[in-house]
Amino acid sequence: MREIHVSAIADAVKKLCMEANWDLEPDMLRAFDRALRTERSPAGKQVLQILKDNAQMAKTKRIPYCQDTGFVVCFVELGQDVHVTGGGLYDAINAGVSQGYQEGFLRASIVRSPFDRVNTGDNTPAVIHTDVAPGATMKIMVMAKGGGCENRSKYKMLTPADGLEGVKEWIIECVRTAGPDACPPLILGVGVGGTFEKAAILSKKALFRELGSPNPDPALDVLEKELLERANRLGIGPQGYGGDTTAFGIHILTYPCHITSLPVAVTIECHAHRHKEVVL
Amino acid sequence: MIRTAPDGIKEVTPPLSDADIEALKAGDRVRITGVVYTARDAAHGRLFPLIEKGQPLPIDVRGQIIYYTGPSPARPGDIVGSIGPTTGGRMDKFTPALLKLGLKATMGKGARSRLVRDALKQCKAVYFGAIGGAGAVLSRFVKTVEIVAYEDLGTEAIRRLEVENFPAMVINDCYGGDLYEDGMKAYAREDTAPSQ
Ligand code: SF4
Repeated sequence: MREIHVSAIADAVKKLCMEANWDLEPDMLRAFDRALRTERSPAGKQVLQILKDNAQMAKTKRIPYCQDTGFVVCFVELGQDVHVTGGGLYDAINAGVSQGYQEGFLRASIVRSPFDRVNTGDNTPAVIHTDVAPGATMKIMVMAKGGGCENRSKYKMLTPADGLEGVKEWIIECVRTAGPDACPPLILGVGVGGTFEKAAILSKKALFRELGSPNPDPALDVLEKELLERANRLGIGPQGYGGDTTAFGIHILTYPCHITSLPVAVTIECHAHRHKEVVL
Repeated sequence: MIRTAPDGIKEVTPPLSDADIEALKAGDRVRITGVVYTARDAAHGRLFPLIEKGQPLPIDVRGQIIYYTGPSPARPGDIVGSIGPTTGGRMDKFTPALLKLGLKATMGKGARSRLVRDALKQCKAVYFGAIGGAGAVLSRFVKTVEIVAYEDLGTEAIRRLEVENFPAMVINDCYGGDLYEDGMKAYAREDTAPSQ
């Protein structure tokens, strides 16, 4: 049994929150460069160049890439031989979020209740998903999930008769309805299968795969590439000003499902794709 | 006032008149210099009941621009943190009433409803798009920030900004023009009609 103290968890989360917001991951920066080579629209090209500059400026000035510094969505892979000491795991994660957002000059965007809408002031609580895994390490993955794009995320329960074609149409439909509102170029996280909530969680988790890397499942990889090509033929373009770069990537995760069901959840993510992870 | 600069970009300085608005077309690049007010969901939620009751608003919107944004906190020594636009569509419910009071422009990102686009035509107003997610770069164009109402709303308070050469695009003009529709049509390489 390996012990991990809550203070190490809080410190790690604090750092991940700040760095995710100031410093876009290299996979995103490469996506801008790739798109700058292929984008035909002058307005689209200009947007991509400004976003690249924005990433550079955020990094050097240590200010957030986007003022919406997101809802912290945290996936924890907890090794079953780990014993968390000194307090609760979730309290530690939230303490890290609170410190990171306050000390990092990040925006507090969370309200304590969907109805009274009073801001909690420190961007807590996080949305936390925990998986138990073999081993004695703890992997913490943090995403600062923007609200504008999240609001365009969608779920649909298709039927087995709708099949693969139905899934494809639905995913393209999600790109179309996200349109300019979700700050394209977009990244789509797609969860297919499982139950209602399983598909939704998979759609978030799918976003953590490195952008531009192949799906480990060759059949899904072919599907992703086909869908990305189609999404980029829609013409929405960077910021919706028209162009070829509507999406940077479509990442799919699947799970077995019931004989009656074909659930499909699509998390819409924007170009402010702020994700970081650490293994303790 | 609107002036076309030698580089072809339209320089916009509020307060704006009907004639100024008529000079702006969907797809125009603009630079805004002067006062811009920030307001987003929560501030609109407070302004709206005042308008319904015919009571005065904390800001005089006539001829002005409202920028939909909630900035991140400024680092010590900085004027403001990141300050990019939020989705305009969430303010659709409130916008026609503000336009009737003489507001001349709103600025955000994302599509507006049919009702808002009609109100832009009727009231002679425009919707500007700023680059969503470029909040760090956009902070450079903000010269002063002052909270003028609803300080308790934090990032959602109404702020009076002085901006200089703030870059934006005309998304919706007063003639029914829509950059999002035109842009998509120009670059679509497949039938983009919704599937159902
Ligand atoms: S959708 Fe993304 S880029 Fe756009 S404002 Fe929200 S977080 Fe920022």
